[in-house]
Amino acid sequence: MKCQSPKCNNPATVHLTEIIGGEKREKHLCEECAAGEGITTGKTPVSLNEWLQNFVMQQSGAAAAKTGEMVCGSCGMTFAEFRQRGLLGCPACYKAFEQVLMPLISRAHGNATHHVGKVPSTMDKTQRRQYELVDLRRRLRDAVATEQYEQAAQLRDRISELEN
Amino acid sequence: MDLSDLSSQAGEWLRGSGPMSDVVISSRIRLARNLAGYPFLTRADNDQRRELSDLIRGAITAVKGDGSLSYLDIDKLGEMDRQLLVERHLISKQHAEGEGDRGLALSPGETEAVMVNEEDHLRIQVLRSGLQIEDCWTRIDELDNRLGGELEYAFDSTLGYLTACPTNVGTGMRVSVMLHLPGMRITEELPKMFAAAKELRLAVRGLYGEGTEATGDFYQISNQTTLGRGEQDLLGQFGHEIIPRFVEYEHRAREALCDQKQVMLDDKVHRALGVLRTARQISSEETLYLLSHVRLGVNLGRIRGVPLEVINELFLLTQPAHLQRIRGQKLEEQARRVARAEFVRSRLSASPGQ
Repeated sequence: MKCQSPKCNNPATVHLTEIIGGEKREKHLCEECAAGEGITTGKTPVSLNEWLQNFVMQQSGAAAAKTGEMVCGSCGMTFAEFRQRGLLGCPACYKAFEQVLMPLISRAHGNATHHVGKVPSTMDKTQRRQYELVDLRRRLRDAVATEQYEQAAQLRDRISELEN
Repeated sequence: MDLSDLSSQAGEWLRGSGPMSDVVISSRIRLARNLAGYPFLTRADNDQRRELSDLIRGAITAVKGDGSLSYLDIDKLGEMDRQLLVERHLISKQHAEGEGDRGLALSPGETEAVMVNEEDHLRIQVLRSGLQIEDCWTRIDELDNRLGGELEYAFDSTLGYLTACPTNVGTGMRVSVMLHLPGMRITEELPKMFAAAKELRLAVRGLYGEGTEATGDFYQISNQTTLGRGEQDLLGQFGHEIIPRFVEYEHRAREALCDQKQVMLDDKVHRALGVLRTARQISSEETLYLLSHVRLGVNLGRIRGVPLEVINELFLLTQPAHLQRIRGQKLEEQARRVARAEFVRSRLSASPGQ
């Protein structure tokens, strides 16, 4: 989608819905034109260190000490060690620290919670098909939203091919 | 593999060919993969590291039956050779300076590389000259599938490929495109681009990746998030929207310079060439700075008779480890400055059209 400002060809990255006197109005602008209209967006990417730091700050001393003591049964890494280095000890750490880790992961990845995309080639066919369908449906939604109808038609065909 | 073969010329990806190569130096995709049933490197002991590198090396040999990927044992290389690989973007600083069993598998043209036992068990990389993101993907996808057929990757149905750092979890994919943006630097429009990149959740880094400054007006643009978006989706956005837009910004800046500040532009690029052709000692920073201007001059047709490949190569061959390799001896900083100036003079005067 392109920026709605006259003479501007940038893609619209700022989407605003205003309700004035019960009437809903939508604006789609690029960042520069939005800034020109006094609209600023607060979302900026957060680095890992930043979010770990924030996370530590948010917790009281006792609670921090308690989560810090959490241990991965598989490799023996403690959550405190992870917090220090920013690196996990083994694949099982994701499960062991799930409760505290998931909100952090989601925040670092723009609120995403689920993998979309490629799966290992060794995975069985049904599972692979499920993953591909999730990815295709998402791309179809985007294509429709950005009015790329030719691409949308191709995606739709591929989806029905997989579903049958 | 003999590393002295590498030091005399640049890798294929620095040829300066490929789409949009006046602005886009290279396209790169990297996939982070780990093996199921093993700890990440943070918790792996020496035996496990050895086992991992044996397993991975075996898989690399199996998928490349013709032996076209050579394996280098990084731990056994001297400091200068490791630095050489860093300068060529084939391994990270961290991998060069690390400890224990670790390696690098490398294709002859340096377009494919696999770091073994870096932050993750495998870091697969494919590099191409110019804007060729889709080509990179086709190649790396195939290589990843074949390696994945030999090795059991750590994969979770919710979180995708599991990586040592949670910021890589999901696809484990990092796309980086290296751009040369001297026009926007001169017209002081770079902050605008940085703001746009930030808004799109992209990281902007210097020539040598994380934590490095942008030298020679080179900037690497890469994705910061790896969860919740399929590879194709992200690659399409990179190749068709984001990068062409940044290239367009740079083109506009260059046009503005040609139209409105032609004398200033000509003065800058020719002075830069003059200094490089006559200097008797020169630092690596100044060299990059001046080469950047010359590259701009060549791209805009303001400088004639200097091939772009020569300039592209000089960016790499004037780096400290390369210079010492070419000279065949270890040189202290001051000696390097003299050797660098000499080398640049010889390359630039040997160009046709002089």
